[in-house]
Amino acid sequence: MKYNSLELMIVVAARNLEDGAVVVVGTGAPCAAAMLAQRTCSPNLIIMFEAGGVGPLLPVMPISVGDSRTTYKGIMATTMTEIIELCQAGYVDYCFLGGAQIDRFGNLNSTLIGEYSKPKVRFPGSGGANDLASLCWRTMIITLQTKRRFTKKLDFCTTPGFFKGGDSREKTGLPPGTGPYRVITNIGVYGFSKKTKKMMLLSLHPCCSLQDIKVNTDFEIIIPDQYESTTEPTETELKILRQEVDPEKYIIGRE
Amino acid sequence: MKNNNLKKGVGTNFTNNDPDEARRFFRNKLKRLTNKVTTVYEAVFKLICDGDYLAIGGFGGVRIPVAPLHEIIRQQKKKLGFAGHVSTHDCQILAAGKCFNRCDAAYIVGLEARGLSKNSRRLFESGNIKITEWSNAALAWRFKAAAMGLPFIPSRVMLGTDTFHYSSAKEINCPFTGKKLLALPALYPDVAIIHVHRADVYGNCQIDGILIADPDIAKASKKVIITTEKLIPNSQIRCEPEKTIIPYFCVDAVIEVPYGSYPGNMPGEYFSDEDHLNIWLEKEINPDDFKQFLEEQIYSSKDFFEYLEKNGGLKRMRQLHMQEHFLDQEGKG
Repeated sequence: MKYNSLELMIVVAARNLEDGAVVVVGTGAPCAAAMLAQRTCSPNLIIMFEAGGVGPLLPVMPISVGDSRTTYKGIMATTMTEIIELCQAGYVDYCFLGGAQIDRFGNLNSTLIGEYSKPKVRFPGSGGANDLASLCWRTMIITLQTKRRFTKKLDFCTTPGFFKGGDSREKTGLPPGTGPYRVITNIGVYGFSKKTKKMMLLSLHPCCSLQDIKVNTDFEIIIPDQYESTTEPTETELKILRQEVDPEKYIIGRE
Repeated sequence: MKNNNLKKGVGTNFTNNDPDEARRFFRNKLKRLTNKVTTVYEAVFKLICDGDYLAIGGFGGVRIPVAPLHEIIRQQKKKLGFAGHVSTHDCQILAAGKCFNRCDAAYIVGLEARGLSKNSRRLFESGNIKITEWSNAALAWRFKAAAMGLPFIPSRVMLGTDTFHYSSAKEINCPFTGKKLLALPALYPDVAIIHVHRADVYGNCQIDGILIADPDIAKASKKVIITTEKLIPNSQIRCEPEKTIIPYFCVDAVIEVPYGSYPGNMPGEYFSDEDHLNIWLEKEINPDDFKQFLEEQIYSSKDFFEYLEKNGGLKRMRQLHMQEHFLDQEGKG
């Protein structure tokens, strides 16, 4: 069955959310991945939204992380502080963030391009991204890979990754054992080296090459001797994604 | 463990976080049961002054107080401060009226999955707005600190980032564990505007669905304007006191505004009008088109009901109600 790269990214992301995990998601691709996971490998996935929705059985894709879909058949409708306090207390395994500027240590920019005092482009800012990436055990990032997005130097560090690598994240005072875990793009899946915390290839997508990584990245990604080839989406995964998760093609039609 | 090299953000603290000044103010708030029902025009005219700092309830496009927001730009309020706490359509309206000159920004200029607001971006990129950066939880906790009567609240977010650098937060050492924490200054807004499902004439409020930061915003703000889908009798409040989210003694004005979150979502009542929100975003591309759009939609409307009528009135509201409950046009699930 043919598929596009966004469909592949969402399927790969969904497989990374194990059954029984707790995940806070944003709108768009992260939410689609969580919905697909709930309908395939992880029926007991607990999806939470920063605005206050806990454990919904999402009928359709929410437009806002606070709209009424985020509590549909849910287990709780609460406050934003309660959600982020659950993250701060250590209950939440994953947060799942969408596209932004990213550097080799998984730091993210969603605030601005240019100078702070008079930016060329102003974006929304942190929203909940800084909170979630500071406090959840593992941060997952799903984004298209281009040279502009995968940059050597962020214009603004909105959301923490591993800062300058090594132990620099823990030194800032952020909870130990947290940080970026996977970066899922249209080219591959990346993790971070244990010691240096630099981005490292884990799995290359079918039809993609190491040259694609090089051309689309402004920094050096570690290529280990052994890496995997991403397993293609199954017919079932694609069918559920297209028919139940995103029938209007809001996300998968963006290509 | 103790670290003496503690950093602080360079951003401006737009409000006074002294809890004792706030305590004196709250002591003198009217606590007697008084009928506070008024009109949107009167509430905005009397309770919001140029230069005030505002907090808007809801979540940008969910349970937002659209009628007073329109009235603020009709009355051309100026130099307001504004908590950009997931402010999406609310930010878009205030930016359209060029009403504010300073903003605590956690989420501004965007409308989540719908895209970015061109007009809000133009304003924030002009360099004419003073901005202090925060994360969503940081702003929510700042309201919570104020609601608790404390000058600050410790947290473990924003550390190490530029978001912290451009905030007005300060690093501290935990007096018990020595761990580095971020102290967030309490945020006491001058005026809060919150839309709720049900309220009585005194201002006791019930909210269905998620609460976001509203219980804290109501307690933290010096003045509180409530718009409600429906006025209910005080006896109903007293039958189910566990449902009261905002108690009347926090509230200064109550206005019944059915469909008051339109074009935003009102959980359990009606879904957001995505067509209308998309028209806003499209009209913003060209400043002349947008000016005309605002004139037609807001400035020439004498009140919120006229705005609803211009956008399909009851028929459209009924469709959005059906959409909220996944019903077809015959009312079947």
